Amino acid sequence: MKATTNSKPAYGYVAEFENATAIYHAAEKVRDAGFKRWDVHSPYPIHGMDAAMGLKKSWLSALVLAGGATGGLTALFLQFFTQVNLYPTVVQGKPTDFSTLPAFFPVIFELTILLSAFAVLGGLLVILMLPRLNHPLLASKTFLKFSDDGFIMSIEARDPKFSRERTKEMLESLGATNVELVEDEV
Amino acid sequence: MAKGTTDSNQTVHPSEAPGVKRESLVLNNRSMSWITDRVCGIVENRQPFVWWILFVPSVLLASCLGYTLVYLVSTGVGVWGNNQPVAWGWAIVNFVFWIGIGHAGTLISAILFLTRQKWRTSVNRAAEAMTLFAVVCAGIYPGFHVGRFWMVWFLAPVPNSNEIWQNFKSPLLWDVFAVSTYFTVSVIFWYIGLIPDLATLRDRATTKVRKFLYGMFALGWRGGNRAWKHYEMGYLLLAALSTPLVLSVHSVVSFDFATSVVPGWHTTIFPPYFVAGAVFGGFAMVLTLMIPIRSLYGLQDMFTLKHIDNMAKIILLTGTIVGYAYIMELFMAYFSGNKFEGDAFYMRIVNGPYTWAYACMFFCNVIAPQIFWFDKIRRNLVVVFIVVMFVNAGMWFERFVIITTTLARDFLPGQWGYYSPTWVEWLMFAGTFGLFMMLFLLFIRFLPVIAISEVKGVLPESDAHYPDWQKLKKGRAGADA
Repeated sequence: MKATTNSKPAYGYVAEFENATAIYHAAEKVRDAGFKRWDVHSPYPIHGMDAAMGLKKSWLSALVLAGGATGGLTALFLQFFTQVNLYPTVVQGKPTDFSTLPAFFPVIFELTILLSAFAVLGGLLVILMLPRLNHPLLASKTFLKFSDDGFIMSIEARDPKFSRERTKEMLESLGATNVELVEDEV
Repeated sequence: MAKGTTDSNQTVHPSEAPGVKRESLVLNNRSMSWITDRVCGIVENRQPFVWWILFVPSVLLASCLGYTLVYLVSTGVGVWGNNQPVAWGWAIVNFVFWIGIGHAGTLISAILFLTRQKWRTSVNRAAEAMTLFAVVCAGIYPGFHVGRFWMVWFLAPVPNSNEIWQNFKSPLLWDVFAVSTYFTVSVIFWYIGLIPDLATLRDRATTKVRKFLYGMFALGWRGGNRAWKHYEMGYLLLAALSTPLVLSVHSVVSFDFATSVVPGWHTTIFPPYFVAGAVFGGFAMVLTLMIPIRSLYGLQDMFTLKHIDNMAKIILLTGTIVGYAYIMELFMAYFSGNKFEGDAFYMRIVNGPYTWAYACMFFCNVIAPQIFWFDKIRRNLVVVFIVVMFVNAGMWFERFVIITTTLARDFLPGQWGYYSPTWVEWLMFAGTFGLFMMLFLLFIRFLPVIAISEVKGVLPESDAHYPDWQKLKKGRAGADA
């Protein structure tokens, strides 16, 4: 993988850093340099990295709120519609009208939680665009250290600020111990 | 307060600040790659011989479960010892027993996460797996207790063939929703926690099959901070959702009893009493599994005596709450002036067919864990293991006492009866243990028993503001050998 062969288009650079501190400070610099399509890959979530990368709060919670509301309303509808409207069963002399609301709380609660949890899982997959099994980064040996003890920064060639020479120089000047150009598989 | 702040000029790391000396969560100054190697090694290397010694009988017992279930369905529920008045027998005793055990996993993952108890990281994966397998065992019982197993779909919220809908005012239906929601959410929680570790296994895989399978389930995880941001939010939300959920599940199970008008069951203390008991029994089962595992697979540096100490404290606390509930139940029976309530307890404790069970329960659950008041005892593995065995048995007796003694003696002496389990029930109960052990051993074999990425995140050097890398390097030279 030499930077000079242009047979395949480049995906971008991956750069390995020594530890969390090094990559944290490097991320601050890359953020200030105005890069947009880049990421910091680490074996665990590094605290404070969102700020160092200039990322906003996750909006997954909004999806989960919607999921929870759907669950609660579904349960409310399911129970009232079947118990009051469609098939009122008189059991133990209990009424079959809206006054039975308290008896419906457990199922409302459970379905709220259930659909919220589905929203967490579904929302994560959609936001992160997973599953994606063939990502170009996964072909790089340097990159794969992220799941053990490596701290890897990736900068995509699609970034408007990207340049084969200058980005490499920048990464090296930030203290990267190993910079590698990753080819795009597509 | 010396907890880490956003101030990057701080020179003393929180874990080294004077006055806040805390025991390290990972001992012997282990590095991240050591953690990866040690945990992934369990999955990648051959299993120790003990694994096979446990696995083969577990499979045999699990097949006994299959046999008894087929026998039950093909013959009828008459093969159980259930009768009038004890219609709930072992099926419900064992259901409540297993579902109670299934509470520790989510408690550790959710409540301890929200309360920022970092020690949970080495325990949560195994505890969550245990939860799922316990709920699987629990779910078998009510499914078959309905009598005609092929009619079990009547539990689902769809009208049956006569277009009759379920009675949503019944706690038994609430239970269906609570337990199935609990299982589903626990699976999601467990799986989301597994994704980064599956990626680790994928990246280390040496064979094509492994790479493919772990790769599939890792979903292509690349550990980018843009992903971690949403991942952490998702994990936090699941923890926040699971916390009330775990409390609700055993509360709803207790409603099965508390909303009936049977003396001995019709009490408001049941929900908190059941939840405390579930946490108590669940932690005991976690320790039962983890104490042998840590020695067998050399996980002492990650699952330390500190962890065992903390869990023993939780057992002590919840055991004492359970003891309080037992005594308060008696007081309420006396203080309410209700003749039937009073007699129910009189016959449960003093003069009835199952007083021995009450004595076992009280000793195992209330008296035995009191030994955990002593610091040394909580860190003595042998004693801890014996006490948690008592707790496991005691929690089973608790459910037996609540269900059997109460039903055997209800309002009219003419209705009184006696219940004892048949061989089918014995074999089935043993079979659920086989199934539980088999699933757990397979979990050890194929998935990381410790949440690798989470343990890395509690190492001191995981902090981006870790002050002294030079010192760390020197201290670690040779430590991983």
